[in-house]
Amino acid sequence: MATTSPKGREEAAGVLFAAPVILGWLIFVAGPVLVTLFLSLTDYSVGGVPRLLGLGNYRRFFASADPSFFASVRATALYSALSVPACVAVSFGLALLLDTKVRLRGLFRAALFLPVILPLAASSVVWMWLFQPDFGVVNFVIRTFGLPAPQWLASERTVIPTMVLMNVWLTGNSMVIFLAALEGVPRHLYEALEVDGGNAFHKLVYVTLPMVSPTIFFTVITGFINALQAFVQPAIMTSDAYHAGGPNNASLLYVLFIYREAFRFSKLGGASAAAVLLFAVIAALTYAFFKVSRTLVYYEGGEGS
Amino acid sequence: MSEAARRRGRARWYVYPPLVLLAAIFLFPFYWMVKSSLVDLSSIFQPTPSLVPSHPSLANYATALTMFPFGRFFLNSLLVATLTVLGTLLTASMCAFSFSRLRWRWRNPVFSVVLTGMMLPFFVVMIPQFIMWRFLGLTDGFTPLIAPAWFGGGVFNIFLLRQFFLGIPRELDEAARLDGASHARVFFQIVLPLSKPALIVVGLLTFLASWNDYLAPLIFITSEDKYTLMLGLNMFLGGYTAQWNYLMAATCAIVLPSILIFLVAQKYLMEGIVMTGLKG
Repeated sequence: MATTSPKGREEAAGVLFAAPVILGWLIFVAGPVLVTLFLSLTDYSVGGVPRLLGLGNYRRFFASADPSFFASVRATALYSALSVPACVAVSFGLALLLDTKVRLRGLFRAALFLPVILPLAASSVVWMWLFQPDFGVVNFVIRTFGLPAPQWLASERTVIPTMVLMNVWLTGNSMVIFLAALEGVPRHLYEALEVDGGNAFHKLVYVTLPMVSPTIFFTVITGFINALQAFVQPAIMTSDAYHAGGPNNASLLYVLFIYREAFRFSKLGGASAAAVLLFAVIAALTYAFFKVSRTLVYYEGGEGS
Repeated sequence: MSEAARRRGRARWYVYPPLVLLAAIFLFPFYWMVKSSLVDLSSIFQPTPSLVPSHPSLANYATALTMFPFGRFFLNSLLVATLTVLGTLLTASMCAFSFSRLRWRWRNPVFSVVLTGMMLPFFVVMIPQFIMWRFLGLTDGFTPLIAPAWFGGGVFNIFLLRQFFLGIPRELDEAARLDGASHARVFFQIVLPLSKPALIVVGLLTFLASWNDYLAPLIFITSEDKYTLMLGLNMFLGGYTAQWNYLMAATCAIVLPSILIFLVAQKYLMEGIVMTGLKG
């Protein structure tokens, strides 16, 4: 080794330093993805021997032989369709409010961001109590106004909207990202509009929205990617993880369906097939994401320490 | 984020009412959690809840924290999170160093391939990982929770650190190399000390992610003495349904470390969120 050239030594060091992630990629990414693909074609169960089924698992899902599969697709579609727009709208609104020379700005920002850092399992428990139908404070307020009090997590119709409300409370992440984007909008654009007599609404529509539209796009895509993998809320808020997803499968989010197939029913083959379908959808979203991100510089090297 | 100069004009008065209202709404769950943890069960089931507890007491905490081995779960969570942070800081920065400052033949293709792991949903690899750890006899232990961190610690973190390393002048490495320093020495004595802010951000985000994680412990841990705090909370939830005073006391205790971290390191956390933007 002592005789190798500096070039050779740098080659060796390069591979050596990158070794953890190369091994990690093989052990925790590539290998498992291949195994999942294989298992999805089998009837494998814990401790059993995998027997090839071909596309049997997939066929079972789409032939609606398993109604809970469609229930989970429906629940996840509703959950993402409500949650993503609501969260993007609220976090963008909050960022607009904070993107001014407002007094105590840091304090407001901290208050609106704080929910994000809590363990989701813990905040789910808090929301169960707030939205408890009989003694929860939310229904107390609603009854005070003489309105009919919903059953929230206990009703098929309101269980998903209740979780979406909670997600709105957790939008601090996107808010901070939007704030950074808003701060990057060149001031002179606003000044130019002021000279032409534009008001606050004009500024929003003709300057702010076009300038931050890439960030809105990112937030929407990543919002969907995250919403499709939402697990903790139904797993905590609607009974224990094995039996969660109620009432009547109304909150059986897709990944909860995978979890249940795998660990409650021990159908590792079926669960793998469901995971492959999830993979396909998320891969498509990710592709769109990178396709657009290549045209943008949205995070400008280093950071503003 | 020192942006004061760039911000748009002075805030109009009408910005304040919605901001104050929204901040109050966002903070209310915290208040209600603390308030409910200080009252007895009979006050919980009053038809008209009072905004302020009439006889606040810490009795619920004494009960809740002894009803389950809180100290044990706390130590388990702390051990898992600490080892996860250490592994991530060491291996993610090593890999980032290789991908940013060392020249080797397959570097860029390898980096592109590794990046494919970035958006991979855990659920896609969950079952094979479970089978693997079971085969190795390592389920119901902390290894499955910690090990991935020691193999690069997440592509996001490598990406973030690499970006930071690229901003450090290369001349520093080259000068040190001419003086006979090894690549390892350049890494440990030049690059790492100059990257403290980025390492702090990665460390904090990794700690919180590990501390708050519910899914991985749920899958890999089965015996109660290895439960993390989140599994403990889940067990508590199953055993004390509707005893909201105890549940809120337990929840308060569990979220306290996260809130303390937030208060101390708010600035770093928000910078980290902006940097890793997509992480959600």
